[in-house]
Amino acid sequence: MLESVLFWSIAVLAVASGVAVFRVDSMARATYALAVSFVAVGLALLLVGLDYIGLIVVLMMVMEMAVMAVYMIMFMGMNPALMPMSMVHGHRAAVITAVGAFVLLAAGALLVPWPQRRGTPSADPTVALGEALMGSKMLVMMTVSPVMVATIVAGIVLASHRTRYDRLGDDLRRRPADDPQPGGVGR
Amino acid sequence: MPDASIVQVSPVWALLAALLLGGAAVFAAGLDGVLVSRTQGRLLLTGVRMPLVETARLLRQRRRSTLAADSLLWRTGGAGLVVVALLMVAVVPLGRWTLADLPVGVVWFNAMDVVVWALVWLAGWGPNATHSLIGGYRFLAQALAYELPLMFALTAPAVAAGSLRVGDVVAAQQGLWFVVWMPVAFAVYCLAVVGFSFWGPLAPAAGVDIAGGVLSEVSGPDRLLVQTGRYALLAAGAAFAVPLFLGGGAGPLLPGWCWVLLKTLLLLSAFVAIRRRLPSLRADRFVEVGWMVLLPVVLLQVLVVALVVVGRG
Repeated sequence: MLESVLFWSIAVLAVASGVAVFRVDSMARATYALAVSFVAVGLALLLVGLDYIGLIVVLMMVMEMAVMAVYMIMFMGMNPALMPMSMVHGHRAAVITAVGAFVLLAAGALLVPWPQRRGTPSADPTVALGEALMGSKMLVMMTVSPVMVATIVAGIVLASHRTRYDRLGDDLRRRPADDPQPGGVGR
Repeated sequence: MPDASIVQVSPVWALLAALLLGGAAVFAAGLDGVLVSRTQGRLLLTGVRMPLVETARLLRQRRRSTLAADSLLWRTGGAGLVVVALLMVAVVPLGRWTLADLPVGVVWFNAMDVVVWALVWLAGWGPNATHSLIGGYRFLAQALAYELPLMFALTAPAVAAGSLRVGDVVAAQQGLWFVVWMPVAFAVYCLAVVGFSFWGPLAPAAGVDIAGGVLSEVSGPDRLLVQTGRYALLAAGAAFAVPLFLGGGAGPLLPGWCWVLLKTLLLLSAFVAIRRRLPSLRADRFVEVGWMVLLPVVLLQVLVVALVVVGRG
């Protein structure tokens, strides 16, 4: 009973704050409405008994929204981010796509004959997850991680207007580097 | 390896936890007041009374507001700090008793300290004021520098204990406290606690050079909440270091809960004492220190711990 009440309040909160993302006119409110929605999803995972994954969802999503605030200033400039603005682009197409996707997924969830559970969940899902990641799925993880890191680094390199030649001179020999903001280690 | 000696108590005891956390916060504020009084050559009693006087002053102060402030986000950011500190101590065992014996207590603490990122930025954003917003962004830059080292500092005791349950981490320190053979992780952890409480050397987010930064526009009861939240975060960070590095309730003569409180207050006093002893670390400098020095050093610490664990079999 208590679990049902908890689940439904979390579910309603997740959907309501998800809707709020597109209803508010401030980027900060939209960002943190999305964060609240994700936190609710993380709490729902806690209810299922997936403690580790649930908390990691909360941790990652809150951090991600905070970092988004950094990008908001870094790459968007101050003005658009600080002014009231609409949070939707391509309104009609977006609504049609969203409703279509929702109907498809909801219909699938309701109409598919779900199979009976085979086997039982592990006593400690965190250990089971760790063993899966570090055991049979290790090769996948080892491939995916460098690709993801390379993507992040490449994205930053493409977005940044300064290169190592600006920092270290044409022959890369200038020490210390010429930075607009000197770092704390004196490189 | 479930630890039978840790007992999960009824949620009603959260009231006692809140009282203890509040007491520790008042203790920290009083100690800070005493240290200020001593440097200014005033009566020490003035310092002891400082938290009380400040509370009375702020409760009577009229709330100042700014043009086009986003009150919802502003208040959330200010009031959330106390809540986060309370949620942090929920997983700290007081001797044998704990409020929430989560199998992933260490990750819980980590998730809570990340919520501080959002709260401080919101507190900076809310009033729609320049200095306040700059303070919020300074905090994010600082957080980007301390957070990854903190995550690996939290990893080291968990690796040594082979568990993310706080009770198991305490049990694994029966022979030797973790602070003895993972001092780097402990030091980085303490630095990060000072960082997420934006305190002392890591307080440029509330620096005098930007008229108080995230604190510049907040007044009255709201300011009281933010300041209480800072002290409570500092206290919660000190409290979590006890089961993680300082052997939990282990100690001679006194009962476990007494030792936990004692160690917490000692570490908290150290945090308070460094406030005026170290120069302010600018966020732009600290970022490079975090990524170029702290992160490699703490990774090496985790490697050493992992090798020891593998070596022991």
